[in-house]
Formats: sequence, C-alpha cells, structure tokens
Amino acid sequence: MADTHAVAAGHSTEDSPHLRHHFDDMGQQFDSATFGMWVFLLTEIMFFGGMFGAYTVYRSMYPEAFAATSNFMNPAFGAANTAVLIVSSLTMALAVRAAHLGQQKLLQLMLVFTMIFGVAFLVIKGFEYHEHWVDMKVPLFTGHWAWDGPEAPPQFAHQAQILFCFYFFMTGFHALHMLVGLGIMTTILMMARKGTFSPTYYTPVEVSGLYWHFVDIVWIFLFPLLYLIGHTKKLI
Amino acid sequence: MHPVTPVRTYVIIWLILTIMTFTTYYVAQIDLGQLNVIVALAIAVFKMMLVVWFFMHVRTDNPLTKLFVFAGFFWMAILFVFTLGDYFSRTWMPGGKFW
Amino acid sequence: MSTALQEPQTTETPNYLNAEYGWKSWLFTTDHKRIAVLYLISISVMFALGGVFAMLIRLELLTPQGDLVSSDTYNKFFTMHGVTMVFFFLIPSIPATLGNFLIPMMIGAKDLAFPRINLLSWYIYIAGALFALAAIVMGGVDTGWTFYTPFSTTYSNTFVITAAVGVFIAGFSSILTGLNFIVTVHKMRAPGMTWGRLPLFVWANYATALIQVLGTPVVAITLALVGLERAFHIGIFDPAIGGDPILFQHMFWFYSHPAVYIMILPGMGVISEIITCFSRKGIFGYSFIAGSSLGIAIIGFLVWGHHMFVTGMSMYAGLYFSLLTMLVAVPSAIKVFNWTATMFRGSISYETPMLYAFGFIGLFTIGGLTGLYLGTLGMDVHLTDTYFVIAHFHYVMVGGMVVAYLGGLHFWWPKITGKMYPEGWGKFSALLVFAGFNLTFFPQFILGYLGQPRRYHAYAPEFQVLNVMSTAGASVLGIGFVIPLIYLLWSLKYGKPAGNNPYGAKGLEWTTQSPPTTFNFDVIPIVTEEAYAYAKHEEAHVG
Repeated sequence: MADTHAVAAGHSTEDSPHLRHHFDDMGQQFDSATFGMWVFLLTEIMFFGGMFGAYTVYRSMYPEAFAATSNFMNPAFGAANTAVLIVSSLTMALAVRAAHLGQQKLLQLMLVFTMIFGVAFLVIKGFEYHEHWVDMKVPLFTGHWAWDGPEAPPQFAHQAQILFCFYFFMTGFHALHMLVGLGIMTTILMMARKGTFSPTYYTPVEVSGLYWHFVDIVWIFLFPLLYLIGHTKKLI
Repeated sequence: MHPVTPVRTYVIIWLILTIMTFTTYYVAQIDLGQLNVIVALAIAVFKMMLVVWFFMHVRTDNPLTKLFVFAGFFWMAILFVFTLGDYFSRTWMPGGKFW
Repeated sequence: MSTALQEPQTTETPNYLNAEYGWKSWLFTTDHKRIAVLYLISISVMFALGGVFAMLIRLELLTPQGDLVSSDTYNKFFTMHGVTMVFFFLIPSIPATLGNFLIPMMIGAKDLAFPRINLLSWYIYIAGALFALAAIVMGGVDTGWTFYTPFSTTYSNTFVITAAVGVFIAGFSSILTGLNFIVTVHKMRAPGMTWGRLPLFVWANYATALIQVLGTPVVAITLALVGLERAFHIGIFDPAIGGDPILFQHMFWFYSHPAVYIMILPGMGVISEIITCFSRKGIFGYSFIAGSSLGIAIIGFLVWGHHMFVTGMSMYAGLYFSLLTMLVAVPSAIKVFNWTATMFRGSISYETPMLYAFGFIGLFTIGGLTGLYLGTLGMDVHLTDTYFVIAHFHYVMVGGMVVAYLGGLHFWWPKITGKMYPEGWGKFSALLVFAGFNLTFFPQFILGYLGQPRRYHAYAPEFQVLNVMSTAGASVLGIGFVIPLIYLLWSLKYGKPAGNNPYGAKGLEWTTQSPPTTFNFDVIPIVTEEAYAYAKHEEAHVG
C-alpha cells in the first residue's frame, strides 16, 4: 500500500481565482492546457492529413486532369489569402505576447486586427468561390458544373470533377476552421475587454493562438498544392 | 510559462514568411518539371517550421511538446507513405496497373 | 484470503454518489467518477442492443436456407450489430468507464486534466448514439460496419449518412477521452508517482489514448467523404466515375485496424491488475508489459493492409503489411508470457475477477494466434471473408475484451459502488460465459476453414450442425451476460458493504474509501513504493 504520509493538498499563496481545483498551481494548469491543445492539433493534423492523402493519391493518378483543372484556379487569390493569413499570424503572436505582459490595450488591438485579417481571408475566399460558381466549376451542385471549353479536355471530365470536389472540401473544411477560429477570437476578445487576462492567467489566449497558427499552417500547404503547381510558363 | 519573445523576432519571422510566399509564387511560374512540386513543398515545410518554432513557441517548449509535434507529422507521413507505396508498387509486377 | 476486520462504510458516509442529488447534479457533473457511471449505463444499453442483433443473426443461421428474413434485412442485422458493438460499445468501453473512474485515483490526482471536456465527451457520445439509433429505427443500414464503397456511397438504399454521422460524432467522443488521458497521465501524477511506478492499467489506457488521438480523425474524414459523396452524388470512391474504392479501404482501415488495439489494450491493462492481486505477487517484467503496450500502439498503425490482401492492392504492399502483422503479435505474446510468469509461484485464489482473467488469457491467445493465420498472405486468400475471420475477431473482442471488461467491472465494483456482489453467482456467470463463448465461436473456426462465407444469410446444408452448435452457444453466452446484470443491480441495494479494499489489492485507488469521496483524496499521497508491491507471504491487509 502506498505510504501515505502526505502533503496537504493546499494551493500556493499566489492563487489566482482562475486556478481550477484539481490543479496544484497555475503553472501546471497552463502546461496542461497548452499540451492539451497540442494533442488536439495532432488530431487536426491527422484529419487534414487524411484529406491531403486522398488528394495526393488522385493527383498522382490523374496528372493531366490535374494540370487541366489548374487552368481554372486563380493563384492571385491564393497568394493574397496566404499573405493575409500570415499577417494574421503575426498579429496573433503579438496578441499572445501582449497578454503575457499584461498589456491590455495592445492585446485587444491585436485581437481585433487578427479578426479583421481573418474576415478578409473569408471575403477573398467568397469572391473566389463566386468566381467558380459563375464559371460552372462547382461539381457539388447540378447546374454549376460544366466541363467544356478549350481548356477542358473532355476525357478528363470525371477526374476533373473529383479533383474539384477535393478543392472545395479541402478549402471548405479549412474555411470552416477559420470560422470557428473567428468565433473563438470573439470570445477571447470579450474576455479581454472584461479584464480577465493577466500575466498569471492568459492561458485561453495562448491556446487560441496555437489553434489560429495551426489553421494558418494548413493554408500554407493548401496554397502551393491547389494553386501553384501547373501554372508554369516558360521563362525564356 | 515560457520566456517572452521580442517583437522584433516576430516581425522578422513575418517578413521571412512573406518573402517566401512571394518566392514560391514566382518560382511556380518557371517550368522546372518535376522540381516544381518539390520546391513548392519544401518552401511550405520551411514556412510551417517557422510558424511552429516561433509563433507557436515550440522553440521554448519542453521536449515533450516537441516530441508530440514531431509525432503528429510522422503519423501523417505513415498514412502517406504506406498508401502511396501500394499505388506506386502496383506497376512493378507485369500486368499491374497504377489504377 | 484473510481479511482484517474493519468498519464497513454505511451509505451515509459522504461519497461521490450521495454528495449531491438530483438529475442536474448528474447531467452537469464534472466528477470523473460520475461521468464514468453515466458512460457505464449508456454503453450497457448499446451492448444490449448489439446483443439483440447478434441473436437475430444466430436465429437466422439456425437453418441453411435464408428463411427467417430476407437477405437485405439480414445485411442490416450484421451491419447494426457491428456498428453498435464496435463504435458504441467496444471503443468506449473500458476507457470511458473504468479508465475515467480509476485513472485519476491510480495516479493520485483529484480529477482528470479537463473535467468539463470529459463531460462533453459523454454528451457527444450520446449525440452519436442517437444518430445511430435513428438510423436503426428509420430502417437500418446494410453496408456492413465497414461501409465499403461504392455500395455505401452509391448503391445502398439505406440510411448510410445517418449512421455515418453517428459514427463520426462518436469518434469525437473517443478523441476527447484520449486527449484527456494523455494530458492527465503526463501532467497530473502525484509526487513520487513516476512513470515506472504507474499501474499497468494506466500504461494500457495511455497507449490506447495515443491510438484514439492519432487514428480516429482519419476515419472521421473518411466517413465525411462518404457522406459528402452520397449527398452530392459525386464520385470520390466510385470507380464508374473515376474514384477508387481501394483508397476508401486504405483510409478506413488506417483507423479501424488500430481501433482493434483501442479495444484490446485497456482489457490487457485490467488483466495485469487482476492477476497481480489474485496471485499476491508483483508483475513479472513490468517494463516489458509497459513497453509492449506502446509497441502495440505504434506497430498497430503499420499493418492495416492485412484487411485488403485480396482487394487488388499491390502484392509488394501485401508483403510488407504481412511482415509487420507478424511483428505486431510479438508484444501481445510478451504480455501473455509475463502474465503466466506472474502467476508462477504466486498464491492464487479464484475469485470472480480471476476467473475472467484466466478466461482472457486462454481465449485471447487463441484469438491472437488465429490472427497470425489470417495475417499470412497465402492463407488469407483462402480464409478471408469466411467465418474463420469472424471467429478470430470474436475470440479477441469478446473472449478477450468483453471478458476483461466483465472481470474489471467485478474487480472494481466494490470500489465504484461500495457493495459486494454475490460471489457464487459471479463465479457461475464467469464459467457460463466461458462455456457459452467457446460453444458459439469455436465451431466458426471450422466453418470458416471449410468455406462458409461471412455476411450471408444462407449457407450450404452440410454446415448446419456446427451452426446450430454456435447458436446454442450464443444463447448460453447471452444468459451469461444477463445474470451479472441482474446481480450487479441487485447488489446496489442488497450487497454487503465492501470496505476500502476487499481484495487486499495494491494501488492508490484501494487506499480510498468505497465509494470514494468526490475529490478522491483529502490529502494528495506521496508515492514511495513500486507498483504491485505485494510482499511474499504477506497477510492480506485492508486499508
């Protein structure tokens, strides 16, 4: 039987009101929360990884169809979105830093900027989806899929349809995660405005930052895979 | 809790990320054949590592977190390698078809 | 086994069960022990439902002709049996019930790392179960629990999307449980509770949690793609329009093979706890058993193609998957040898949990060895999709996992409820389960070898005798499951008060009262001794 000459399970003197009863101190709570978020991000890696894997298989199977579909992708949109998300990652990192240092106004400002860039991303995405809708390149809905014209060899119709499906699923799930991220940021902003955060307790900001950066990373991979390859012109 | 990263560091990382984004965009316009995919993905991996290492504070995290981050990408690699291994090796036998 | 006298707790002693009353105190609880009880009730309901489908299957198979139900209906029976049993009973079973209840106590913590996420995981489970139940009530699904395409995506006329949504949602419950366990075991251990002193039950659930976190998201995206394909009539997995059904199988089995290790590893953890207690001896080869749990978790991710040998996969892929399948048997074998060595020269007693443990070791060994037959590429060509496969996985999942679950439930029942169950009935049911199980599933090895295919509602007349034996066994097995339900519920009101440690077992959970208080420990213990520190020739003393 374990020798239970034990310590009183008291809390240290610098107790924050945010210390939950099952943790010994704020350090353990912070460590657990960030570690927990990383474990969750692991699941997201596998979730998106599954989709990326399937997409990679089809792209390997149908390289010419893929080259044909890339005629209908607009890399300028993709690049703009990438730039927007990277800036939002910067402002997010600065927001977390501000929270760590107790700089309340800067924290709120950076959160707002992050959200503005997040919304900008979704707006650009919206324009892009609209362009696909008008171009009849949305295979999910009858009446909005047509594979014809000089840049659409007919023998690739089915394969192009599959590849376009993956385009919409991958960007769609990503956009969904962005939306959730915006919801999280809203909550964090409201908590920040109420003065919830301080150098001893800014865990939700840190953890939300991890999520936001991860969604950025997914896009960092989506951009080259979906937009860039196949758009080559000979330089000479 | 980890040490505070200076603002300068974050801004420099952001600049590098943005420069790499433009690089990858313009390199993609040049026909390098098979290399295009490799270069684009290599740049993406580099950008990802910058975000993970600096923005997500893994640089100052404990070894456990680093192990788990590595494990996540390693596991995704298992899925890719073994699945694609099936497809690519199908043509090694006579009569085998990639698809 | 002698027990020192001690004051039995009365039900008036404050504990987690009587700390608060009312439905809100249960439905909004964050106490890991109450959440474990909520899960216990829920998965028992799903187990019963799965059992009903099993009986329907066995009833149809009493006669060679498909005369009880049509083939379509039969397809629904085995699908719903598989879906409920795999996703809604086996996957959550030990982690969500015993794991939730015991892990904080075993490591000397007051709760899991994220108690509210724990409660959320139960609600998510219920939501998933409701979708599955809806699919059943609306008319069922007939794709098999494996949802193979393009039948599931294009040709089936049943409620595939509803069922897939249910499984998708339940997957998140599993992910959150796994996440909670990983963080808890890393960050919440009491002073002195080093990794090398952790009970092997904790190691087993930790390894399981790793699989849950890394594997489940892949089946989530796979089923999401199936649902999307079915909803939008696109051809991701439909060969007629350029899709690839084998890709579905790769993605599906990437999770579903490790899933079987999610199902068995916690059971192995339970066995380590039971065998040490009832042999009054420390475990033989602690680090090997702990390491083998991790080994199974890791290697288990590398073998999924052995479900796909005859599908059209590359032969070279088949070779490496077959080789790795041989490898994954090694850590399991290590455990069986170590358990046996633990019992050697131990002081063995035959309480109900120990009977289940004996059953586990024998039945899991048979199940595991027959897995090797199936993992051998050449043999699998003959045996795949026959009743041999069915017998194999029921030996490991029922003869292994369910038996371990029942053993664990009996072992920790006194701790969870503060009451003892009637030992005589416990032993009787354990023996009934063993006998019924073998009568049900051993004939199926023979049937499979002789060529009876799985998932057919009719079979060749020469197979009838063995099928009748199997159905008879299933009835006995069913009774063996019902009897504990009755006496365990009976014990809640009429059972003898249990006391802290009725079996004289080692482990922090046994140092608390039975049932424990809400926060487990009034003072966090400092751990100074190794796990399973049973002294030689000790008098068993209680707490």
